[in-house]
Amino acid sequence: MYLNQFLFLAAFLFCVGVYGVLARKNAVLVLMSIELILNAVNINLVAFGLFRESVAGQVFALFVIAVAAAEVGVGLAIVILIYRNRHSIDLTEVDMMKG
Amino acid sequence: MVAQNIVFGVLAVAMGLAAIRVVTTKNVVHAALYLVVVLAGVAALYILLAAEFIAVVQVIIYIGAIVLLILFGTMLTRAPIGRASDLDNDQRWLGVVVALLLLGVMGSVLADAFGSTKLPKAPQIQRTGDVGLSIFQTYVVPFEVVSVLLLAALVGAVVIARRD
Repeated sequence: MYLNQFLFLAAFLFCVGVYGVLARKNAVLVLMSIELILNAVNINLVAFGLFRESVAGQVFALFVIAVAAAEVGVGLAIVILIYRNRHSIDLTEVDMMKG
Repeated sequence: MVAQNIVFGVLAVAMGLAAIRVVTTKNVVHAALYLVVVLAGVAALYILLAAEFIAVVQVIIYIGAIVLLILFGTMLTRAPIGRASDLDNDQRWLGVVVALLLLGVMGSVLADAFGSTKLPKAPQIQRTGDVGLSIFQTYVVPFEVVSVLLLAALVGAVVIARRD
C-alpha cells in the first residue's frame, strides 16, 4: 500500500468538510462538517504513525478524538443558546458583529 | 497486499460518496446518517492501518457519542426533520471553488512529497499495550491537559446551555 492513498483520501475528506463549513447555514450541519475535517486529520496521524513505525501517531489521534468530543459538546451548547435567543439556528442571521 | 488495496478502494469510494452526501443532502437527519457511514469507514481504515484501539475508540466516541449528541442537537433546535430547501447559504459556488482549489494545492503537494512512498511491507505493529504505555509514560502531561480540557468543556457546556 502506498502512503499517498491514505493522504489523498484524507485531503478529499478535508476539502469536503471545508466546503460544508462554507456552504451550509444550519449550525448543526456546520458541526458535522467540522467532524469530517477532524477525521481527515486523524487518518493522516494514524497513517504517518504506521509509516514511521511510531506510536505517537495513534496517541495524538486519541487526543484529537478527545478534543473533538469537547468541541462538539460546547458547540452544541452554543447552538442551543442561539436557538433559545433567536428561535433559529440560521448562521446567516447571526451577524451582530457586522459593522 | 492486493486484498488490502481492494478493501481500501471500496472504503474510499463509499466514504467519498457519503461525505459528499453529508454536505449536499437536503435532510438534516440523513446528513447525520451519512456521517455515520463516513465515521465507520474511518474506523475500518484504522483497522487497515493496524490501529485497532483507535478503531474501537472511533466507534465508541464518534459513532456512539458524537452522532448521538448531534441528533440531540437537531431535536432540541427543532431543525427541519424532513426535506428542507434552505440549508445552504448563497456562498455555495464560492465554497466549491475554495474546496477545489484547496484539493488541488494539497493534492499536488502530496504527490510531490510522497509520490511513490510505500508503507513498510511488514511494519512493526503498535499494539494497544504500547499505546497505553506511551500515553502514561511519554505523553502523560498532554494526557492530563486533555482531561482538564474535558472537565472544562463539561462545565462550560452546562453553564452556557443552562436556563437562568
